[in-house]
Amino acid sequence: MAGKTLYDKLWDAHVVSERSDGTALIYIDRQLLHEVTSPQAFEGLRLAGRKPWRLDTNLATPDHNVPTVLDERSTGVSGILDEISRIQVQTLDSNCADFGVREFGMNDINQGIVHVVGPEQGATLPGMTIVCGDSHTSTHGAMGSLAFGIGTSEVEHVLATQCLIQRKMKNMRIRVEGDLPDGITAKDIVLNIIGRIGTAGGTGYAIEFAGSAIRSLSMEGRMTICNMAIEAGARAGMVAVDDTTLDYFHGRPFAPKGELWDKAVESWRDLVSDDDAVFDQDILINAADIQPQVTWGTSPEMVRGVGETVPNPAAIEDEASRKGVERALEYMGLKADQPIESIKLDRVFIGSCTNSRIEDLRAAAAVAKGRKVSTSLKQAMVVPGSGLVKRQAEAEGLDKIFIEAGFEWREPGCSMCLAMNADKLGQGEHCASTSNRNFEGRQGFGGRTHLVSPAMAAAAAIAGHFVDIRTWQEGNAA
Amino acid sequence: MNPFTRINGLVAPMDRANVDTDMIIPKQFLKSIKRSGFGPNLFDELRYLDEGQPGKDNSQRPLNPDFPLNQERYQGAEILLARRNFGCGSSREHAPWALEDYGFRVIIAPSFADIFYNNCFKNGILPIVQPEDVVDRLFKAQDAQVGYKLDVDLENQTVTTPDGETFSFEVNEFRKHCLLNGLDDIGLTLQEADAIRAYEEKRQQEAPWVFGQIH
Ligand code: SF4
Repeated sequence: MAGKTLYDKLWDAHVVSERSDGTALIYIDRQLLHEVTSPQAFEGLRLAGRKPWRLDTNLATPDHNVPTVLDERSTGVSGILDEISRIQVQTLDSNCADFGVREFGMNDINQGIVHVVGPEQGATLPGMTIVCGDSHTSTHGAMGSLAFGIGTSEVEHVLATQCLIQRKMKNMRIRVEGDLPDGITAKDIVLNIIGRIGTAGGTGYAIEFAGSAIRSLSMEGRMTICNMAIEAGARAGMVAVDDTTLDYFHGRPFAPKGELWDKAVESWRDLVSDDDAVFDQDILINAADIQPQVTWGTSPEMVRGVGETVPNPAAIEDEASRKGVERALEYMGLKADQPIESIKLDRVFIGSCTNSRIEDLRAAAAVAKGRKVSTSLKQAMVVPGSGLVKRQAEAEGLDKIFIEAGFEWREPGCSMCLAMNADKLGQGEHCASTSNRNFEGRQGFGGRTHLVSPAMAAAAAIAGHFVDIRTWQEGNAA
Repeated sequence: MNPFTRINGLVAPMDRANVDTDMIIPKQFLKSIKRSGFGPNLFDELRYLDEGQPGKDNSQRPLNPDFPLNQERYQGAEILLARRNFGCGSSREHAPWALEDYGFRVIIAPSFADIFYNNCFKNGILPIVQPEDVVDRLFKAQDAQVGYKLDVDLENQTVTTPDGETFSFEVNEFRKHCLLNGLDDIGLTLQEADAIRAYEEKRQQEAPWVFGQIH
């Protein structure tokens, strides 16, 4: 019999019961909650007179709607100017209080984007099943766990039963082998993968990211990759447990301590795919082939290397894809064959659950240090993923580097990733963004998003247009 | 979900075909963070003479006197008598939420839109399909008699008029079981509570650090 994949192991360890129709009742170890997708779930519990099945398993924090400007933030939840945002945050607060769910409130130092807060607190751990009413829950697979996004009715289902009815997915492995070239980051790897397999390439699969290039990444980098598994169509992405994983979690607030830690480590060591495991699809990528990536279109798969040009629809035979490219170019205000480096920017956003961790901010600050944001830009902002990331960055003096360079230094939250608060793009504006979705209107009505790594975003902010971080750094020593 | 076994309820008429979910609950009310409280805005555009908005005090709004639900004789109705293709249009679950919140437990019509029909069962509402001619007779009978009630018995799948005339209706066995026992998806999973607890015991042995950390 063939060995098991990491996903097989995680799945098997969580089956409560199997049903004749091919579905199974799966036990959920951890649920993260935020203000946008939880209100009706709590309301459902209330109407049915139900209580959460377990309290020691849910962790909530508001992130999507919170203002990131200090002035507005410092007046507390009642001071949130936008009414709908305010009501959603207040509702999360009162629901958590009513049901006894642990919450990091808006001005708690531990608050932040759920997918930054979970791992940082050790609230999400290897070997767990983890859900949240948010598609980027795939982020948490980076630590060798099974993590995926769910809808509001499922949020209620998990609150009430600690279980979900699920169908098992297929196994895909993507191996990235070889040393990562200088200037190439986790973000470039994952954008490159999405460019290759497409936004539906992973549909129906759980993807395991493997290979020496992936193993060489920090936990932050692995989270960036798994975060965007959903952008490749896969609800879950994951990376096997190794020493990097264990070192990351050691000493985190909710992580096990002492003997329990040793016992956990022993069991987590098994969270790797067996050598003889069989994958339904196996893809190999050579790390040396990856350039810094920039999306030019309105889907994350519309991506090219920074040294390349925007595609020319005339060269595309298939009519549907040609039309798609034409439409995207029109929306993005780009010309066929235009070099990526010639794209001028109006704003730069460094943040989101993809790239707002301390390592991301360090990478951006290293580029910004001693330089100035181009005067041609309207705004460049840095939004840390959590209060703890912000504090750490300030302890390292990164905030000063950003502020001196002309970046705005904000309070933690989702911010311009989805523009649910006041941080938005204007119509037609181009933005270099470290987030994960470049859909039409995602960052504001008519806004044009280009997804890049933190270092590429910082360099673009200084140059005013995209530049190749690999060569630009040398020519522009600070 | 409230179990549904048998009710003897006042009947109110909704005498038009193709009532869509936007008519049942207009889109401006979908911004709500709740799934209860939609009752006052059920059939908002038909019920009130002005435009409804979330947060507006409905008690101050001018009522449409011609709309049956505004008439004294239909106050407290639990059974809605409707025409064909009831609940068509968008899939919003807010439509059954609004009907249920208002107090309806049964809808009788010649036909229902699919998604709406399914959503009713999830929310404790029994949709009953009857032939056009039967529905027509019921419309006339309720019109002729103030306080007209029907007796709906889910267990025996019958509707009985005040004269003692009885009609039977169809309902899927599984849905009937869920409705009789007040089981939604969550209720069904909770029937496996013992299996979930057994699993938890095993998991607590194998991975104790998954428990008790967050409080
Ligand atoms: S940062 Fe963006 S992608 Fe991540 S949870 Fe917030 S809104 Fe969603």
